[in-house]
Amino acid sequence: MTSKEYKTITDIKGPLVFLEKTEPVAYGEIVSIRLSDGSEKNGQVLDTSDDMVVVQVFEGTEAIDRKAGVKFMGDVFKLPVSKGLIGRILDGAGRPRDGGPEIIADENADIIGAAINPYSRQSPHDFIQTGVSAIDCCTTLVRGQKLPIFSASGLPHNDIALQIARQAKLRDSDEEFIVVFCAMGITAEEYNFFRSDLERTGALENAALFVNLADDPAVERLITPRLALTAAEYLAFEHDYHVLVIYTDMTNYCDSLRQIGAAREEVPGRRGYPGYMYTDLAMLYERAGIVKGKKGSITQFPILTMPGDDITHPIPDLSGYITEGQIVISRELHQAGIYPPINVLPSLSRLMGSCIGEKTTREDHKKVSDQMYAAYAQGRELRGLVAIVGEDALNERDLQLLKFADIFEDKFLRQDRDEDRTIDETLNLCWDLMTNIDTKYLVRLDQELIEKYLPEEKNA
Amino acid sequence: MSKNEGLIYRISGPVVTATGIEARMYEVVRVGHEKLMGEVIEIHGDQSVIQVYEDTSGIRPGEPVLSTGQTLSVQLGPGLLTQIYDGIQRPLQTLEEVMGVFITRGVDADGLDLEKKWDFVATAEKGDEVSGGQVIGTVQETDTITHKIMVPPKSSGKIKTIKSGKFNVTETVCTLDDGTEIRMMQEWPVRHPRPFSQKYAPDTPLVTGMRILDFLFPLAKGGAAGIPGPFGSGKTVTQQSLAKYSDAQLVVYIGCGERGNEMTEVLDEFPHLIDPNTGKPLMNRTVMIANTSNMPVAAREASVYTGITIAEYFRDQGYDVALMADSTSRWAEAMREISSRLEEMPGEEGYPAYLSSRLAEFYERAGRVETLNGEDGSVTVIGAVSPPGGDISEPVSQGTLRIVKVFWGLDAGLARQRHFPAINWLSSYSLYPQSLNQWFRDNIASDFPEVRTQISALLKVEAELQEIVQLVGSDALPIDQQLTLEVARMIREYFLQQNGFDPIDAYSGVQQQYAMAQAILTFQDEAKKAMAAGARLQDVVNVPARTELMRARFAEGYLEKIGGLVDAMVVEIAATAEAN
Ligand SMILES: Nc1ncnc2c1ncn2[C@@H]1O[C@H](COP(=O)(O)OP(=O)(O)OP(=O)(O)O)[C@@H](O)[C@H]1O
Ligand SMILES: [Mg+2]
Repeated sequence: MTSKEYKTITDIKGPLVFLEKTEPVAYGEIVSIRLSDGSEKNGQVLDTSDDMVVVQVFEGTEAIDRKAGVKFMGDVFKLPVSKGLIGRILDGAGRPRDGGPEIIADENADIIGAAINPYSRQSPHDFIQTGVSAIDCCTTLVRGQKLPIFSASGLPHNDIALQIARQAKLRDSDEEFIVVFCAMGITAEEYNFFRSDLERTGALENAALFVNLADDPAVERLITPRLALTAAEYLAFEHDYHVLVIYTDMTNYCDSLRQIGAAREEVPGRRGYPGYMYTDLAMLYERAGIVKGKKGSITQFPILTMPGDDITHPIPDLSGYITEGQIVISRELHQAGIYPPINVLPSLSRLMGSCIGEKTTREDHKKVSDQMYAAYAQGRELRGLVAIVGEDALNERDLQLLKFADIFEDKFLRQDRDEDRTIDETLNLCWDLMTNIDTKYLVRLDQELIEKYLPEEKNA
Repeated sequence: MSKNEGLIYRISGPVVTATGIEARMYEVVRVGHEKLMGEVIEIHGDQSVIQVYEDTSGIRPGEPVLSTGQTLSVQLGPGLLTQIYDGIQRPLQTLEEVMGVFITRGVDADGLDLEKKWDFVATAEKGDEVSGGQVIGTVQETDTITHKIMVPPKSSGKIKTIKSGKFNVTETVCTLDDGTEIRMMQEWPVRHPRPFSQKYAPDTPLVTGMRILDFLFPLAKGGAAGIPGPFGSGKTVTQQSLAKYSDAQLVVYIGCGERGNEMTEVLDEFPHLIDPNTGKPLMNRTVMIANTSNMPVAAREASVYTGITIAEYFRDQGYDVALMADSTSRWAEAMREISSRLEEMPGEEGYPAYLSSRLAEFYERAGRVETLNGEDGSVTVIGAVSPPGGDISEPVSQGTLRIVKVFWGLDAGLARQRHFPAINWLSSYSLYPQSLNQWFRDNIASDFPEVRTQISALLKVEAELQEIVQLVGSDALPIDQQLTLEVARMIREYFLQQNGFDPIDAYSGVQQQYAMAQAILTFQDEAKKAMAAGARLQDVVNVPARTELMRARFAEGYLEKIGGLVDAMVVEIAATAEAN
């Protein structure tokens, strides 16, 4: 479409360009800006009226002056989608980054994505075995779930995400996941780590990567996850794939959102983030799920780093309000040399109830998991008490629980980066470790289960 | 160009400004070529500011805007029950039929099925003098609910014709002398409370089957409660339990800006769950509104009004209705988002200055009333609140707490200990016990309030003792205080904890609650006696009959067994003294 070029920029502020006297411009329309040196930048309309149009420029407004030419492209942002996306690496705006050809589009999909009708959803219930004991036992992942990793800088969240991507499978099924990976403002080093790992395991051929790095335009980050999710939806709901979307780092995304809000002089919400951040994040996270009549699914693994390790910071807080649980990475466990340093206590999988039990994992799963959790929680609490009153003040039960907390971390949590435990192995391990506690203190377990699974009892 | 057609001047997200129409405040307008539904929320000279209920991407200045002369209304009549609607009463099932699984835009859908024929049974007769709100006939809408057809609030006169038979909701079933035609469907503007004769003080509890709620912090039918809590603390599970087990006759469940899967879960589950009060599928008494977090915010703002208007309509038929709104914080955020687009002067934390009055107006629509038909009806409102970081000093929590009389405070610490429901028994409160005590005395036990006082006193003492224990360990306490700690632990683990997913323990009748509380007090008395006679605390606590008493609540028929189990415990405790 050839459209008229306007040279009516009045103001430029932060990532925004303001211009006047245009023909009617659509809300959300894509914009192309030609600079005096001939280079081009892209943007999107945030506010439009007869008198004034506000454009958010993805690449930042650097070098734009009032003489720049602005063209409105007549349509909202769309991503060309086809199965050809698989195996490709694109940049944060959806252009090839791997030197390959443009994607030949089967269709052009609106990247904002329409909401799934709640009436058309299907409840997720398929157990995904990640091979990571802490997750499989305590915060079980379900196909179609959105389960973020709450981490912090310097912690091995990327290793965990990759390990999950490598090992995730349905039990007794060879249906595989394909990975859609979305990088937002991460370092080149982190990106290379992801990429080479996916390459090493051959997963790259079955993945689509959307990459916006730390030195790429910050505002572009606002569209990168939308592109990734649009690709995921297409692959899942048009081509029956089970898609695992990993996106990192949501914190960078939110910071870009804050930047736009500030430039528009919006009334800021908590800690300067826009008041609509909840809704904005929901527009991403809610694009996970399963819908009636379609074979594919979208499972989301967003990674975010909690500023100051603070779980009440708006980014983890609002995420937690939208997602279906969270996996919390602990600095303390990491410093104690434990990988994966997952703190199961604040971690939660809200959909776990729907996917564990006799038919899907094992009859003892729920009770064992409750017992492991309770014993570890009490043991950790006792650590605090012991620090004040000393071990002498503890009775026999408390002493056992205190020791159990160490055993839990050392034997249950700790595993190798390529150690892929089956759910049976994980649950058997739980029972093995439970022999460290007197059965009379295992109040969450039935006698029946104890007789059937507890090693001493079984042999007795 | 006529006055009811204008042009779009500006689009900023869900807010569109139009010029050239002379619309009234809260009038419904049609925006753009696709005729998206919107509502006028501000008028500035020639400009009307409109909140649009659908996504506005791709809309341009210069597109047409049409005013409709109507205010945002819901369709009321047979066909509401078992439905699931979006925030502006479009049935989600219809949207699926038209749009497929993704919600696109530009589709209108009636709230009621206009074709379906219902069996109307006239209960009034020709010649009867009737006025607004009076019942003139009935329709058996579901197994459990008889839908009463009422004269619309503003009409009155003498019945000229009325006939029983099969009608759809738009056919006339009755005419009045002045020519007024009465149909089974009526429309009502959502932002206006429906009229009633008078409000009564509540005197009956809404029995929820959750022990901590009914026993310690009861809510009255017609009352209002707030449930604030951080993410993952149990707001939704609690609301869903109330929707399942409370003894309301009808439930309106509003998923306001929350997860899609949670609504799906209700849709999957409710048709198969049996209402403990009627023995019929729960869905038969339920109306759902689902405007999830990723659906348009303006429709989210409206969803709460849509829901409460439907609730009032059933109240007017003489029903006890319970309305759950999960979460009112998302509603408040929708107001904030719209308000900020209007560039209004923000109040606290960016919320509009009118936030607290909107909250108050909403909760004021709860109440127990004498209907225009002279019957007793009620709307009980239970609103979840999602305070950022779990800190309830923020405006939505505070605005809510100023109005509601019941505060069920969810606690992240308890949730992390997997103590469910994670309702903090020290910070929660109910201002209703005074007005409900008589009911509990008459219907459960004459000393019910006294037993409640004893139980809550024990919990308070425990909290004080725990502070000492933190410093010196529990062994340092005198033995009677150690016993108090054990009794309090029994209250927490046996009485307060209640797994919302346990098929049996999730619901506990008030009789059973009372029996359980008595069992705890009996344990305390017997333990004291035995220890005075030389028994060791450890032995008293570990008598097998007590463990059995506690465990048996997970099996069917607990209320019948509890007396025998307590007797057995008494015998065993007495024996511990003799053994020494
Ligand atoms: N009464 C209960 N019984 C058993 N488990 C519960 C109960 N309440 C909460 N839970 C557990 O806590 C989890 C979170 O509860 P819920 O979804 O109700 O939280 P929420 O407060 O609504 O969170 P959000 O604000 O994020 O929506 C549930 O998935 C369940 O595992
Ligand atoms: Mg919830």
